[in-house]
Amino acid sequence: MNVMNELTKGVFRENPIFRLVLGMCPTLAVTTLAVNGLGMGLSTAAVLVSSNFVIAVLRKVIPNKIRIPAFIIIIATFVTMVDMLLNAYTPELHSQLGIFVPLIVVNCIILGRAEAFASKNPVADSLADGLGMGLGFTLSLTLLGSIRELLASGTLFGANILGASYEPFKLFASPPGAFIALGLLMALMNMLAKKYKLE
Amino acid sequence: MTGILAIVFGAIFINNFVLSRFLGICPFLGVSKKVETSVGMGMAVTFVMGMASLVTWLLNEYILVFYGLEYLRTIVFILVIASLVQFVELVIRKVSPVLYQALGIFLPLITTNCAVLGVAILNIQLTYTLFESVVFGVAAAIGFTLALVIMAGIRERLEMVFIPRNFRGVSIALITAGILSIAFMGFQGMM
Repeated sequence: MNVMNELTKGVFRENPIFRLVLGMCPTLAVTTLAVNGLGMGLSTAAVLVSSNFVIAVLRKVIPNKIRIPAFIIIIATFVTMVDMLLNAYTPELHSQLGIFVPLIVVNCIILGRAEAFASKNPVADSLADGLGMGLGFTLSLTLLGSIRELLASGTLFGANILGASYEPFKLFASPPGAFIALGLLMALMNMLAKKYKLE
Repeated sequence: MTGILAIVFGAIFINNFVLSRFLGICPFLGVSKKVETSVGMGMAVTFVMGMASLVTWLLNEYILVFYGLEYLRTIVFILVIASLVQFVELVIRKVSPVLYQALGIFLPLITTNCAVLGVAILNIQLTYTLFESVVFGVAAAIGFTLALVIMAGIRERLEMVFIPRNFRGVSIALITAGILSIAFMGFQGMM
């Protein structure tokens, strides 16, 4: 029951982007296409789950005073691994995500979950927390990427949805479009949260 | 000389770190509620980004590349930046208590500012020389400060007007940043 709760809270109730407002840089930067949002979300989720696991295992070994540098080294190690894996198996996605792959290190969600959750909770709960938060992050990025791709070019994951007669709304492929789309989506989420009494 | 000018102008206006490259969004949304605090944050970030560009460039050139350890770049850079921030905090506290009073609370926050690690990695990717890297670091930080101060000025005014409930907070801040970003896109024609 407890593990189930940790797993589902990240999807909506404590969604890292819409409720906690963490990790905004990659959210805005890579979501020009749905597939980029999905790729970034999954990469971040992989790092989050792995680092939450290792930190929970080592939580009694790491001295309290140097815990933050220790967490950063653990996280940076997994980020380097993800960076190399993406470069080897999906070079196109790797070049699309650019410097935001190494920048997963400074994504506040990961250090935030390490400090607030994994360093204080048992391994199973921390794994579930990482999975749930990672899932919430991936879903949010894919949603934002889909909306921007659909508006800017009428396609979704590369497949044409709105037909040839659709006049592309190019603004949403550019940086201002990222801010505006996320701002509007966040207002919608605020409305939904109030409607379903989530706060 | 024109090359240096192009780097400075490009980093501040055309590819503004916050509004076009999306680096440093967290402090941009978090600290931009008052003009005074955003100037303080901007000064601290400018100092750290200049120092970080210098140190990471030297480390990359003379240790990582020299010994063929490029795959350790992310780990080394983030550790260097974290210690640099600590070091800068200690030095400022000792040398200038007045400046420390002004910047104090912002310094620890800078470690997780992705603009700092971002500029260090971009310097390497764009194959800048040492001098160009430091110029790029400082110019990018000035661009960050500019965006932060403009945003703070707008948000101080937003405090006094009616905003629909669902748009309050981050939502309206993001839409404001979007409009600001459209304004900055106008600079693209200048290069």
